[in-house]
Amino acid sequence: MTNSDAHPTNGAAAATLLATGLGGLVLGLLALAGDALPAVAKALNIWNPTGPLSGVTLAAIVVWLVAWAILARRWSTRTLDLRLIGGVSAAMILAGLLLTFPPFMDLLQGK
Amino acid sequence: MEITFRDAVTVIHGMGFGALLLLTFSGSAAAVYALSTPSSAWTPGGRDLTRLKIYFWGMAALAWLAVLAGAYVVYPWYRAHPPAGAVDLSGFPKALLMSSPATSEWHDIGMEWKEHLAWFAPLSLTAVAWLMGRYASALKDMRGVRNTVVGLLVLGFFATAVPGFFGAMLNKYAPVRGGANIVLMRGEAHDK
Repeated sequence: MTNSDAHPTNGAAAATLLATGLGGLVLGLLALAGDALPAVAKALNIWNPTGPLSGVTLAAIVVWLVAWAILARRWSTRTLDLRLIGGVSAAMILAGLLLTFPPFMDLLQGK
Repeated sequence: MEITFRDAVTVIHGMGFGALLLLTFSGSAAAVYALSTPSSAWTPGGRDLTRLKIYFWGMAALAWLAVLAGAYVVYPWYRAHPPAGAVDLSGFPKALLMSSPATSEWHDIGMEWKEHLAWFAPLSLTAVAWLMGRYASALKDMRGVRNTVVGLLVLGFFATAVPGFFGAMLNKYAPVRGGANIVLMRGEAHDK
C-alpha cells in the first residue's frame, strides 16, 4: 500500500466545503430578502430582541447542517473533483459575502 | 475603576471571544503550514493530533461564542428603541448613531454588515476543525483538501477581522453601556 492509498477519500472534504458554501449563500440571500421585503423580515423575526437576524442566521445554520449531513452521507467514501466543487463553493461564498454587504444590497434594491 | 454590566458583557464578546479568536489564526496558519510543507517531517498522531483537534475546535467554539453573545446578548441592547421624545440617547447606541449624519454610516454599513458577515466565521471554522480532525495527517499529499482548509481559514479570518474592526469603532462612537456598576478597584480623586 502506498502512502497515498492510506489517505481518506476527499468526498467528506467536498461535502464540508459545498455545505459551507450553501450556508453562506442562504445567509446572504435571506439577509437581502429581510432587508428588501418587510413581510420576509417579519417572518424571520423569530426572537424579537434580535429581530430578523435571528431567523436569517437560524435558517442558514439549519441549511448548512442539513446539507452537510446529506452530502457527507452520500460522498464520504467517494473521490470527487474538488477543484470543481471548490469553484462552485467559492462562488456561493462570494455571492453570500456580497449579499451581506450593505452598499451592494442597496444597489440591488435600487436605493 | 468601574465598568457597567453591559460594558463588561460587550468586552467579553469583543475581547474575550473575538480578539482571542483573531490571535488564534496565527497558530492555525503555522500548524497548516507545518503539516503541508514538503520538507516537514511532522505527521501528527496520538497526543499531537488530539492537541491539534482541540486547538481547531477551540477556534470554532470561540467563533460560536462570539456570534451568539453578539447576536443574542449585546445586539438587543444596541438596537433597543428609545422612548418617544427621548433626548438623551446614550442608552440607545443605534438611535444615537442614526441621529447624526456624521455617525449614521457606522450603523448603516458597519453594524448592518457586521451582524451578518460575522456568521461566516463559525460556519467556516467548524468546517476547518472537522477537516483537520479527518485530514490533518494527509494535508501534505492532498492538495485539494489543503486548499479547502486554507480557503476556509482565510474566510474565517475575514469574517472575524472585519466585524471586529467595526465592533471596536461602533463601541467608540456609541458604547453599549448600562446596567449595574461593577467596581473593579477603588481609587482616589486627584488633580494629576
